[in-house]
Amino acid sequence: MNAPLKPNSFRSGPDENGRFGIYGGRFVAETLMPNILELEAAYREARKDPAYLAEMEGHRTHFIGRPSPLYFAERLTNHFGGAKIYLKREELNHTGSHKVNNVLGQILLARRMGKKRIIAETGAGQHGVATATLCARFGLECIVYMGAVDVARQAPNVFRMKMLGATVVPVQSGAKTLKDAMNEALRDWVTNVDTTFYCIGTVAGPHPYPAMVRDFQSVIGEETREQMLEREGRLPDSLIACVGGGSNAIGLFHPFLDEPSVEIYGVEAAGHGLDNLHAASISGGKPGVLHGNRTYLLMDADGQIQEGHSISAGLDYPGIGPEHSWLNDIGRVTYLSATDDEALEAFQLMSKVEGIIPALECAHALAKVGELAPTKPKDHIMVMNLSGRGDKDVPQVAELLGTQL
Amino acid sequence: MITRLDARFADLAARGRAGLVTYVMAGDPDRETARAILKGLPAAGADVIEFGMPFTDPMADGPSIQAAGLRALAGGQTLRKTLEDIAWFRQSDAATPIVLMGYYNPIYIYGVDAFLADAKAAGVDGLIVVDLPPEEDSELCLPALKAGLNFIRLATPTTDDKRLPTVLGNTSGFVYYVSITGITGAATPDFGKTAEAVARIKRHTDLPVAVGFGVKNAEHAGAVARGADAVVVGSALIEVLKGSLDAEGRATAGSVAAVTGLVSSIASGVREARKAAE
Repeated sequence: MNAPLKPNSFRSGPDENGRFGIYGGRFVAETLMPNILELEAAYREARKDPAYLAEMEGHRTHFIGRPSPLYFAERLTNHFGGAKIYLKREELNHTGSHKVNNVLGQILLARRMGKKRIIAETGAGQHGVATATLCARFGLECIVYMGAVDVARQAPNVFRMKMLGATVVPVQSGAKTLKDAMNEALRDWVTNVDTTFYCIGTVAGPHPYPAMVRDFQSVIGEETREQMLEREGRLPDSLIACVGGGSNAIGLFHPFLDEPSVEIYGVEAAGHGLDNLHAASISGGKPGVLHGNRTYLLMDADGQIQEGHSISAGLDYPGIGPEHSWLNDIGRVTYLSATDDEALEAFQLMSKVEGIIPALECAHALAKVGELAPTKPKDHIMVMNLSGRGDKDVPQVAELLGTQL
Repeated sequence: MITRLDARFADLAARGRAGLVTYVMAGDPDRETARAILKGLPAAGADVIEFGMPFTDPMADGPSIQAAGLRALAGGQTLRKTLEDIAWFRQSDAATPIVLMGYYNPIYIYGVDAFLADAKAAGVDGLIVVDLPPEEDSELCLPALKAGLNFIRLATPTTDDKRLPTVLGNTSGFVYYVSITGITGAATPDFGKTAEAVARIKRHTDLPVAVGFGVKNAEHAGAVARGADAVVVGSALIEVLKGSLDAEGRATAGSVAAVTGLVSSIASGVREARKAAE
């Protein structure tokens, strides 16, 4: 295979067919095509409309609580003894993670399009909670598809969604986890295509979702850039974020892709190890087509999709956003992976050393910060995206550590 | 070039009746039973066979077809085996058109060129790949047409007059009209409306139009057959097969006959439809 040509800008994708190199696209049933084209047109118009952008800005400030702080993690910095570590505090957003940034954009778009019925898929429940929250805020009907296995292991988030007025549908088909929830949401959309807006939670799915969700999440990187210039008078030297579908990561990375001095690292979930059960699509998968896009996927030799495994329910999706696949192939972003055990250790470390209980997802990124930071000089500035808070993970971690609550 | 599909639809038109297109899943519930069903379909009244390629994540299919695919995969069915099954069928039936239906990923992983060559050699006549809309024609549709295979497209109630030419552009063999916005095996549509929809599609194309999704019995099939060139039945066959399995999901002595029996019944509904209407 020929190495892809380096583009003039790493930020110009996707092309008019929704492609990032060979990745992305619109691999959906014909029933959905008119809707996807309508959505693309509506989004293209909205993103240039000052009224839409101003409305989003207002809710970001007053409902989500943005900008989120860029926090100098002094004790972690001293602990690792190398790079100066900053945390982008997305866990302080309303609903407790970065997911709300994207949902706000999509719900305002749904309102513009006159769609009153919102559907979403969720794995750990963070995207489901964010969607239920904004549907409550705007008085929209909300149906969240969630694998029956995840419903059982994420009971607090299921209850949160119900409190917020959403209907949570446990998905019994397939492996009963996130990918099956996405299948079921797509089936709902095919069936109720006229009335329904599908609010996808990550930078995957058919075009325009990967680009649209990225744009909504790019507020993370844009703020980081501004805050860093204010604090340090210069750009950071490296960025690092965990990657499942990859929306928090692309949100931090995208505004810096054309800054050659900035090293960028994504961290996938290596589960029990890359030679065992894991959810590292790039490190341990290959390109294929699922859920509307071509991207790196976990699959067998016959092209049948395999289940991802991770300690973190938010990372155990067997795919990754297509733009990440492209950024990997083209060499702009380096994708690493962290195992369950490494993440669990990092989870405890950040809690004790910094006084912040991180989501298990982000603990994967911290595990690699722990490897990279000591190799860097003290004037190297590293920003980690702390994309979610760990309250939701406390019962699971307690169990893993042998504590009965 | 006249394909088996073209010949079969020309023959049906000459006889003045609608055709019956039957969908069964390769390898469901096991390879031998699925082969026996495949072989029994033409005699039971199937004019065209759609043979499902199992996939773990069939996003446009309802619970029946999803479960059938998972049964087949659990039994070890692969795309290579599915092509072998068709080659086996062709040893005894050179006339019945076979269309492979499924999703793109297994084909992509098999390799498009290798797949098209092997499918052609096995005696496949056409392809329906649910997650390849016209916007992705360069992936498989254009290479398939070049390889001499028909590429059958789904048109749906959301495919308006503006979009129909895009959908029909590279379609060949026949057009598959999905009678509902929804998944396979879901609600029974208002069959009166499907005749209007078929007429609308026929204003854009000379290709035969087959109608499917929601056809469950001879009565439904008859209603559709009055206004379409062919009737597609799938989930109902999968359901009757499932009903014949034992508690562990294994085939029983009655499994093959359960499917061919329902096909015979539906075929009679299709064949009587236009006579009854006259």
